[in-house]
Amino acid sequence: MSDNHQNAAAEPESATEATTAPDPLDEAAINAAVDAALAAIDAASTLDELKAARLAHTGEKSALSLANAGIRDLAKDQKATAGKLMGAARGRVNKALAVRTEALEAEDAARILIEETVDVTAAPRRRRAGARHPLSTLQERVSDIFVGMGWEIAEGPELESEWFNFDALNFKPDHPAREMQDTFFVEPPEAHLLMRTHTSPVQVRSMLERELPIYVLCPGKVFRTDELDATHTPVFHQFEGLAIDKGLSMADLRGTLEHFARQMFGDEASIRLRPNYFPFTEPSAELDIWHPGAKGGPQWIEWGGCGMVNPNVLRAAGIDPDEYSGFAFGMGIERTLMFRNEVGDMRDMIEGDVRFSEHFGMEI
Amino acid sequence: MRIPLSWLREYAQVPAEATAEDVMAELVTIGLEEEDVHRPTDALKGPIVVGQVLSLVKEPQSNGKTINWCEVRVVPEGAEQTLTNEGIDPSGVQGIVCGAHNFVVGDKVVVTLPGAVLPGDFHISPRKTYGHVSAGMIASVRELGIGEDHDGILVLSTLGLDPELGTDALDLLGLYDEAAEVNVTPDRSYCFSIRGIAREYAHATGTPFTDPADAVVVAPSTGAGYPVCLADEAPIYGKAGCDRFVARTVRGINPAAPTPTWMSSRLRLAGIRSISLAVDISNYVMLELGQPNHCYDLDKLSGDIVVRRAKPGETMETLDGKVRTLDVEDLLITDGNGGIGIAGVMGGASTEVSDSTVNVLVEAAHFDEVSIARSRRRHKLPSEASKRFERGVDWQVADEAAQRVVDLLVELAGGTADTTSTDVGTEPAAVVIDLPAGFAAARIGIDFTDEQITFALTDIGGAVEKTDAGYLVTAPSWRNDLETPEDLTEEIARLVGYDKIPATLPVAPPGRGLSRVQQQRRRVLQSLADAGLTEVMAYPFIPKASNDTFGVAEAGAVREAVKLANPISEENGWLRTTVLPGLIEVAKRNHSRGFRDLALFEAGLVFLPEGPMGSESIPPLGIKPAEEVLDGLDNGIPHQPLHIGAVFTGKESPAAAGHTPRSWDWADALDTVRLMGDVVGVELVVSQGAHQAFHPGRAAQITLRSGELVGYAGELHPKLLAELDMPARSVALEIDADVLFEASADVIVAKHLSTFPIATQDVALVVPAEVAAESVLEALREGAGELLEEVALFDVYQGTGIPEGSKSLAFGMRFRATDRTLTADEASEARAAAVAVAAERFGAVQR
Repeated sequence: MSDNHQNAAAEPESATEATTAPDPLDEAAINAAVDAALAAIDAASTLDELKAARLAHTGEKSALSLANAGIRDLAKDQKATAGKLMGAARGRVNKALAVRTEALEAEDAARILIEETVDVTAAPRRRRAGARHPLSTLQERVSDIFVGMGWEIAEGPELESEWFNFDALNFKPDHPAREMQDTFFVEPPEAHLLMRTHTSPVQVRSMLERELPIYVLCPGKVFRTDELDATHTPVFHQFEGLAIDKGLSMADLRGTLEHFARQMFGDEASIRLRPNYFPFTEPSAELDIWHPGAKGGPQWIEWGGCGMVNPNVLRAAGIDPDEYSGFAFGMGIERTLMFRNEVGDMRDMIEGDVRFSEHFGMEI
Repeated sequence: MRIPLSWLREYAQVPAEATAEDVMAELVTIGLEEEDVHRPTDALKGPIVVGQVLSLVKEPQSNGKTINWCEVRVVPEGAEQTLTNEGIDPSGVQGIVCGAHNFVVGDKVVVTLPGAVLPGDFHISPRKTYGHVSAGMIASVRELGIGEDHDGILVLSTLGLDPELGTDALDLLGLYDEAAEVNVTPDRSYCFSIRGIAREYAHATGTPFTDPADAVVVAPSTGAGYPVCLADEAPIYGKAGCDRFVARTVRGINPAAPTPTWMSSRLRLAGIRSISLAVDISNYVMLELGQPNHCYDLDKLSGDIVVRRAKPGETMETLDGKVRTLDVEDLLITDGNGGIGIAGVMGGASTEVSDSTVNVLVEAAHFDEVSIARSRRRHKLPSEASKRFERGVDWQVADEAAQRVVDLLVELAGGTADTTSTDVGTEPAAVVIDLPAGFAAARIGIDFTDEQITFALTDIGGAVEKTDAGYLVTAPSWRNDLETPEDLTEEIARLVGYDKIPATLPVAPPGRGLSRVQQQRRRVLQSLADAGLTEVMAYPFIPKASNDTFGVAEAGAVREAVKLANPISEENGWLRTTVLPGLIEVAKRNHSRGFRDLALFEAGLVFLPEGPMGSESIPPLGIKPAEEVLDGLDNGIPHQPLHIGAVFTGKESPAAAGHTPRSWDWADALDTVRLMGDVVGVELVVSQGAHQAFHPGRAAQITLRSGELVGYAGELHPKLLAELDMPARSVALEIDADVLFEASADVIVAKHLSTFPIATQDVALVVPAEVAAESVLEALREGAGELLEEVALFDVYQGTGIPEGSKSLAFGMRFRATDRTLTADEASEARAAAVAVAAERFGAVQR
């Protein structure tokens, strides 16, 4: 009794359980012990309670353990019967334990996951999202279209010699066309240096430096003495194309521009040419684009200028105009961005407000 | 060029219902650009009629003013008033209060009746004022939007008009006319005339054209007119400044004769103010025929007219009242007393026609384009005349224009033309162009027929002669832009129609794609954006002080920079040598808009004048310059490397629940430079930097392994940040990207990857505080030899246990052999060798 008491004190959960060892041959007593064990296991609602039930019903001092231990005191011929009975009894209990353990562990795991729930909508943005300037992105997009056609991208200095910007392009020294360019000159004036007013000097450089035939696109920054307002900026970007080959005609110019327009504005886009004047092309044309996605509905939009390269320009680059002909075209990137992406105010592109670029990300 | 439609209709077949918009749409198809529409009735609506003042009672008011209470008859006596607007009196007589005093009973005036609308959306209705109901208004020219004069109302007799009462005043004053405004390209000077526009309209529509010059009959001269001598002793480019001067004289004009309304309304629509009849006629003929001309007061002329260059120091008062000091290149019209006009630009004050002029000398001359352009530019005197002359005027039309002025002075001003006339000069040779057969077809891609070519070139006024090889084309005298077969090709194409040009896609030869540098630039810039930086584009125009601070490392040194000759703002009058000032401006603009946490970058050219600036002479056009001349041009162009800069302010990411972002610091700037190096596979060497724009202790100088400078990165100088009103601890970087790209290997050779196990050893070294960690790292790397795979600094410690003036650097070293598993002894040996080098170089002691 005193031992049991001590046991009961040590394991209070088993206080109401086995007190004396049942006879391992007493099938009813064993079944009762099993039933008690199964009831306790079933009643356990946590893994801790299950552990207590396991100790009480399968521990050393439990009825089933004691009964099992009693087998060794039995007569030899009874041992097999008792062993079979006890084996079955303990098997049933262990199986119930295993099933209950698995169920309670699953419950536990599910509970932990639920407890770990966060408000995903409150997540912080730890990584800063950067952005390219849309003018850069658009310039790259345009370049890629021409690279895809086998053209190359040519670049040159922004501070240029007057010869490359004007004379080589057939601007006569006193002709009004020269003044219409609103040129930034630099000091001293006798140095004949200026901020290029168009990317055309790169065309001249390309003709001087490259092997014929030439198919180049010249994107870049250009400068005119306009004050910044909603539609003007003294610093802006152009892309100009130049093709010099044998037998090129204005039909080739039109085909090239149409292909490009469709890449930029979709298959519905087309172009229109109207006569115009530029010193460096003859014939010259104004280029309008039929913009199917224009704000306010499909419409013609003035896009740039183009024409057949003036023979004087070819001669300035040492190309024989009787053998080679060429076409050239030029458009503004700001203007393209304005009507393609509905930018309402030139200043948004210039001022560097991070909201402008970040809205575009890396796309255009 | 503004084109009053009534005027155009005289010489081209413009449909009666056509609007200015319709006319512009036609003109655009053949190369003129649409600009604007000027239509008085957009702002002016009737009933606005002729009335006669029946009675006028002057009523002094308490405010000191005197008003006139008028009864004005607005329908003819005995006729019925058919207008029924509220406030229009059925009797045909309106009661009107008028504040002007320049009219009397019996005057015919313009009455704006109730229901009328005047410019400024001013609606006329009966209103109570000064004790009367004023049912309309007697209008001034300014109220009608046809002039500036507001001193009094318009008395029609001053215009020489005596219309029937009730006449529609809008019709009377030519206000139903409208004008199309087109932009004329600089090659088409003849389109600065009704004559030229009418021809273009005919081209656009395929309708007949009547040449207004043909309508003028030049009277045969009965003898020498006013003596004129062409004496240009310093022609520009060998071209005489004046190669034709027609002078005609008209006597006895009535100086008070008014300009007829048909003429003044056309001038007004064309954008030219009516001044006096003689001047108005002069302008009218210029607009009609494109020939600028001038009327002198004959009685103020003395002696022969001589056309010559100005003498050194010569002065002249132009008719705008300014005394101008002339340049020896200026072409002058002179008489015995000196200059009476800067040729083709502006007349002189001394011989100007005035309200007492009765005898007139008419000049219609032809001047050299370049000479006029230079004088106009020199004296900043853009005028209607210079605009035409510097682009080119028809040499042939001068006598017809002079005759037309004479005819109008006789007809409208009552003058009598002298039968003598002067016409001196030398007719230039006609321009004859050889157009080979098939030339235009090859350039345009349309197989033009012989008929198309001949028709087009004849239609523009050329004379076409068929030859075996093609066409000999004599260009019309008014087309100084036609010189080459390409010019004729454009004429053929635009008359046939640019819309007929087919589309073919030429095939370029196989290309090489983006160049290596173009690819590198894209990757580097993209990596910056990927790393969370935002690209911006600032103007390259900055103040001198910014170049001196950011563009040169050493304080006090002047940064050589290029100065703009005509900057938009004097302050930002210099080209940048550094991209940082622009970035800082952009950062501040973002700060002012509420964005404090920034990481901005810009990639742009900077301008470094380090050698010769430019070249004194410029080669001529149309010829390839010699190689050495081209080299000279190129050598004179300042170096323009691509710089990439970045500025970081505030926090590295937005604060949020559960996230406390840190502030950007100097290491972020340096890290960003290293990122760019990694992207293009270039090893960058970092050392303590000294640049006046940066914190003296927190700036890194970045070089290539060769020692070539790449740039700087670190914290901006606190004092500078305070001066710039930038947040403290802002950091920045700037590199020369060209140097970086250049250093990138053409082919990167792969490393052998050993799969044997790694041996890791840490070492802590105590070194003097001033020794750079990078140097110790380098010493360890050298000492450890081949087995060292990687060494990295993982801790810097100063404090307890470390002697004053020293610091402890902890490095993690990873050893690996390519052919075997290392033993612990081998790794320790390598480590010891590494430490030995560090000890030798820096007195490093292992902790």
